[in-house]
Amino acid sequence: MPDREHTSKHYEQQLRELKDKLLLMSHQAEQMISDAIRALVERKPSLAEEVIQRDDELDKLEIAIDNTCYEVLALEQPVARDLRFIATALKIVKDIERIGDIAVNIAERGLELIQEPELKRLVDLPIMADAAQKILKESLDAFVNSDADLAEKVITNDNIVDDLYEQIFRELLTYMLEDPRAISRAIKLIFIAKHLERVGDHSANIAEMVIFLVRGQDIRHATRLDRR
Amino acid sequence: MADSVKIDVSHANFFYGNNQALYDVSMRIRPQFVTALIGPSGCGKSTFLRSLNRMNDLIPNARLQGKVQLDGADIYSDNMDVIDLRRRVGMIFQRSNPFPMSIYDNVAYGVRVNGLAKKRVQLDQIVEKTLTAAALWEEVKDRLHRSAMSLSGGQQQRLCIARALAVEPEVILMDEPASALDPISTAKIEELIYNLKQNYTIIVVTHNMQQAARISDETGFFLTGRLVEFSETKKLFTAPAKRETEDYITGRFG
Repeated sequence: MPDREHTSKHYEQQLRELKDKLLLMSHQAEQMISDAIRALVERKPSLAEEVIQRDDELDKLEIAIDNTCYEVLALEQPVARDLRFIATALKIVKDIERIGDIAVNIAERGLELIQEPELKRLVDLPIMADAAQKILKESLDAFVNSDADLAEKVITNDNIVDDLYEQIFRELLTYMLEDPRAISRAIKLIFIAKHLERVGDHSANIAEMVIFLVRGQDIRHATRLDRR
Repeated sequence: MADSVKIDVSHANFFYGNNQALYDVSMRIRPQFVTALIGPSGCGKSTFLRSLNRMNDLIPNARLQGKVQLDGADIYSDNMDVIDLRRRVGMIFQRSNPFPMSIYDNVAYGVRVNGLAKKRVQLDQIVEKTLTAAALWEEVKDRLHRSAMSLSGGQQQRLCIARALAVEPEVILMDEPASALDPISTAKIEELIYNLKQNYTIIVVTHNMQQAARISDETGFFLTGRLVEFSETKKLFTAPAKRETEDYITGRFG
């Protein structure tokens, strides 16, 4: 639904800038995850290094977004949807920042793995990475478009990522059982899979906040109960 | 207590001559609650407020259709004693309007008129008690016989609240009680409202939405003579049910 504009143009502008910054930040985090996985699959250490460096910029954006939120809270006393937007921004900025950290962790494990011979051809991990990135992207699209239905879908689809993690974990376990020399590399791959699983969780968190933003309804505990 | 109602307004339509100011307004005001009424100028909130103690009776050609009940009794019925109604339902206005007499006499005025005190000692007690309840006693106890006009604006407003409290009302109507006051006096009035609700039912009209949010338990939003939304203040200011409410309280007046 199209929003009517605030009578105060300056306030309207401030909220729009905040949204733009969140979009920029989430786009960068998304790209970092995608590049970290690509660096591993295509064995490109320079790309992994680059991902690690890009995290600084994400951290700066996080601080800038936090500051804008505090300013709006102090100066404009937002209520209703505007208040929910600021609350959502303050929460999802943390999820996005964590996704950046996860990309760095994946890049670091990738750098270590690239120095050793390939344990196996990576098939399931890229599939899992795609699934995790897909729900991350959808959670952010849901935020941009205030689309609570898409957000609901993200929460459901987080299960797909969880299932893929279980599958990869079991497969790598068999490699470790067969050959103890595989243990170090297999564990690193399991870490990466676990990191991707966390990306799914953060995406689900973002999706939950989108539902709160749009509907004013806090579904966090209900969702957690459903998932069990 | 949970579901009890102090004032029950049902299907109220209000007219100033041919102009209709309220359209089918129904509202159940709960005892010992602060109820805030918000909305743009001309939305009918003050008309609504004044209809609760028949202040509108004084306006020629003004009339109300529908029902307003105080503790179950129709206040517009022929056997309602309007003087007694206005004692039970007191009113505080935007501009404080102390009488040009001493602080003491301002508070004692209604008590004397209504013959509520038999002896001087009793009157003294009522004056002290109500000035204390209005959070003014400490500031004026040494100059009770000085003119009320010597008080500051915020003090005058609290004096008017004391004057209203002296006749032991059950409901207090307030029309923009703090809009002409500085932030310190406003904070004192707001704190006072918060404390008074333990013993009274309070209905406040205000243009200051943050004030409505701070002081009230329930809020009604009026627009062009209609009650758009009436709900718990916490809910109304975080997740209002109606789009018109949302647009108004977030400042989308377009």
